[in-house]
Amino acid sequence: MTRRVRTAFFLAAAAVFAVAFVWASTGLPAFGTAHHPYGSRAVDASVRRHTANVVSSINFDQRALDTLGEESILFGAVLGAVVLLRQARDEDREDPVPGRVLPTTLLLGAGLLPVTLLVGVYVVGHGQLSPGGGFQGGVVLATGLHLAYLAADYRVLRRVRPLAALGAVDAAAAGAFTALGLAGLVAGAAYLQNVLPLGTFNQLASGGLVPLVNAAVGVEVASGVVVLLAQFLDQAVEIESPQEDRLPPDGSQAPDDRHPPEAP
Amino acid sequence: MNLLPFLAAGWIFLVGVYGMVTSRNLVHAVGCLAVAQSSTYVLLLGVGFRRAATAPVFSDVPVGTPVVDPVVQALVLTDVVVGATVTALLLSLVIQVRKRYGTLDPEELTGLRG
Repeated sequence: MTRRVRTAFFLAAAAVFAVAFVWASTGLPAFGTAHHPYGSRAVDASVRRHTANVVSSINFDQRALDTLGEESILFGAVLGAVVLLRQARDEDREDPVPGRVLPTTLLLGAGLLPVTLLVGVYVVGHGQLSPGGGFQGGVVLATGLHLAYLAADYRVLRRVRPLAALGAVDAAAAGAFTALGLAGLVAGAAYLQNVLPLGTFNQLASGGLVPLVNAAVGVEVASGVVVLLAQFLDQAVEIESPQEDRLPPDGSQAPDDRHPPEAP
Repeated sequence: MNLLPFLAAGWIFLVGVYGMVTSRNLVHAVGCLAVAQSSTYVLLLGVGFRRAATAPVFSDVPVGTPVVDPVVQALVLTDVVVGATVTALLLSLVIQVRKRYGTLDPEELTGLRG
């Protein structure tokens, strides 16, 4: 298919989509309406279960089974990236050379690293109370750790990042979510049902199962994202691909052919 | 105009798909997919918006204050997480394509190799 045919196809499909979408939009509830039947019921259910952050209540209590699926997607994606980006047989590992770092950058990075990690722990820990939660705080934790790479260099990052342990922690936290759901079964209720004591509204220990599931997700996201980013950083910094400069620009040569053709 | 937020979501989606259709670089195509996907965030948040309401968090406002729809916000969170994982997996595939075929241009990735 030439580019022109493809663009024509796209424009035709886009026109159909645009008409259908505008038509469907006119049938949606008016923008800014005060009538949100599902939202109001979710708010009521959240207040009944003493969870101040309604979004967390929905994710980790009312729709906890869906979140288990979502978290499994994350786990599967991390696993997939680790498998896809592993060191191939024909690739070599080269130790990265440290670059020159401005002392001010180093100072700022060293100062901000603990602060960022603290913010991450706070966002995870208060997931049932204030905006944030396991997913958001986990990403803050994981990316905060990479200040070590930005402000110092790759070898410092490797020292503050126990990759093998984090991989195991990732799996354990993903399993912990699944196991926490069994509490409901033990109490004679449904899987992942919130059967724990609900505590006082707007206190750290409130919401029953929510803070526990939230913490498991926070640990899983944090370690998962660190492992994920490590794969990409390895590709960029450490792994040397021997065929980089042997391939012709049109890619016609089989890449596993280890003998480049002699120049005539 | 009441339809504008929804139309904005549709526009973002079409822009993202247009970018994917005309892309000459796989990294760019993955970026366009992320743009197309972000239209769903705009649409969902638009559906859940309520005038003169605050965030669905009752840590500093009394219970009973009008809040925007928390259900769609939870859906957007799921959406963001799934979007990020899909982007990460696709970028890993792009790295492998670049290694095995030496190109990032989808037009040049024509032959099937067993």
